[in-house]
Amino acid sequence: MSTLANEEEILRVSGLNVKLQNQPILDDVSFTVKKGTTLAVLGPNGAGKSVLFRVLLNLVPHEGKVEWVEKVKIGYVPQNVAVSDIPISVREFLSIGKNECDPEAALSLVKLNDAKILDKRLGILSGGELRRVLIAWALIDDPNVLLLDEPTNGVDVGSEEPIFLMLDGVKKSKKMTILLITHDIHIVQEYSDFLLALNKCVTFFGKSAEIANLATQQTIYGEPVCVETLKAEE
Amino acid sequence: MVLEKMALVGDALSHVALPGLAIGFLFNFNPFIGAFAFLFASAAIIWQVQRMTKISFEALVGAMFTLALAVGIILIPDLEALSEALFGDVTTVVVWDAVAAVVIAVTAILLTRIIYKKLVLAMISEDLAISKGIDVAKTNLLYLFLVCTVVAIGIKIVGTLLVGFLVVVPAIAAKNLSSDMFRYALFSSIFGAVSAFSGILLASYLPNIPPGPLVVFSGIAIFAVTIIVNWKKKLSV
Repeated sequence: MSTLANEEEILRVSGLNVKLQNQPILDDVSFTVKKGTTLAVLGPNGAGKSVLFRVLLNLVPHEGKVEWVEKVKIGYVPQNVAVSDIPISVREFLSIGKNECDPEAALSLVKLNDAKILDKRLGILSGGELRRVLIAWALIDDPNVLLLDEPTNGVDVGSEEPIFLMLDGVKKSKKMTILLITHDIHIVQEYSDFLLALNKCVTFFGKSAEIANLATQQTIYGEPVCVETLKAEE
Repeated sequence: MVLEKMALVGDALSHVALPGLAIGFLFNFNPFIGAFAFLFASAAIIWQVQRMTKISFEALVGAMFTLALAVGIILIPDLEALSEALFGDVTTVVVWDAVAAVVIAVTAILLTRIIYKKLVLAMISEDLAISKGIDVAKTNLLYLFLVCTVVAIGIKIVGTLLVGFLVVVPAIAAKNLSSDMFRYALFSSIFGAVSAFSGILLASYLPNIPPGPLVVFSGIAIFAVTIIVNWKKKLSV
């Protein structure tokens, strides 16, 4: 990891190429992330979003440059976890890899204030509770960057917004940088500052507010996705 | 093994010990040293082939155990030795065997305690474990060695055919009653010990029946009780 020339940046990716089993997954991807901002990563299935995160965590071989700021600490929440068959309590999970951990303080960060949840098995938590526990685990080490791969995967529609509200609050209170993968344009508009759209290569990189722009949607999706267009067709 | 969904791997691994036992019988040294050596060598080969080819552990152990069974049956010198290898014989356990088993078991428990959190995190998400700096490959290798150690200890008492029971059934029974890892580990140990003790005790009253099957019957009885307890708990919720 090297010191970035631009002090406002926490991450710079240049000319990233990834091939897995000889198949191109990411082609010439370049973008930057400013400190204290939220970058949403959008794209269809198979676009390389999760692979990008695995590259940022140095889990996948790649060509090109990935430069983090010095002393970066990354908290990661993967899209899928296998907990249904493992008899592990929330308390035990939060203590994995953390020698000193106040589990109740960790849960209060993510607005889970019922202490009874600590003795519950991870596998019986609701989708929303499980996602919050995973985020709490990622936050325990006091990271300055959070990588969230579809943080509301498996969460019912009504419970998604509170999770993003919680993340927004954590970001502001801890001055964190967040990179999150999402399929939800509403989340992009409301909770992110910048947008990176991928489809094996970069199809858009700029301010999230531009997602409301029909030309931007055309670039990302091949056709506009907005209420006005659907109403006009009716 | 149960949490990794590799329960049958534990059973198959016990058969991999057979050629090692056979070589011990043939060359007149302690067959269980042969079993240990063969199990460890096989675990290392399986681990390396899995890393290179990404073929599942279950498939590789399946291939290895059938090969080992075939080689073992050819090499084992006589029916009595084969019977002892397949079914075990607790009456041939001497003090030195018991002391060695205790020392090895304690070492295995301590090592498992050191790596258990890494193992659990890797089960939950391998990416998460690697991102935390855990060497999942080395942890898996050490874990395989520990399983082989446990299997090798159990072969003396219940034989290669039934030692898979000791690896699997106490853990499945414990899972029925556990909501956390501490209870899971505690109950697994208790159920395994009670199965072995009660099976051997029963064998002292039934001298015509080898202890191995009686250990299994005891353990299955415990498993059945935990199923009923768990079912009643779910009904009352």
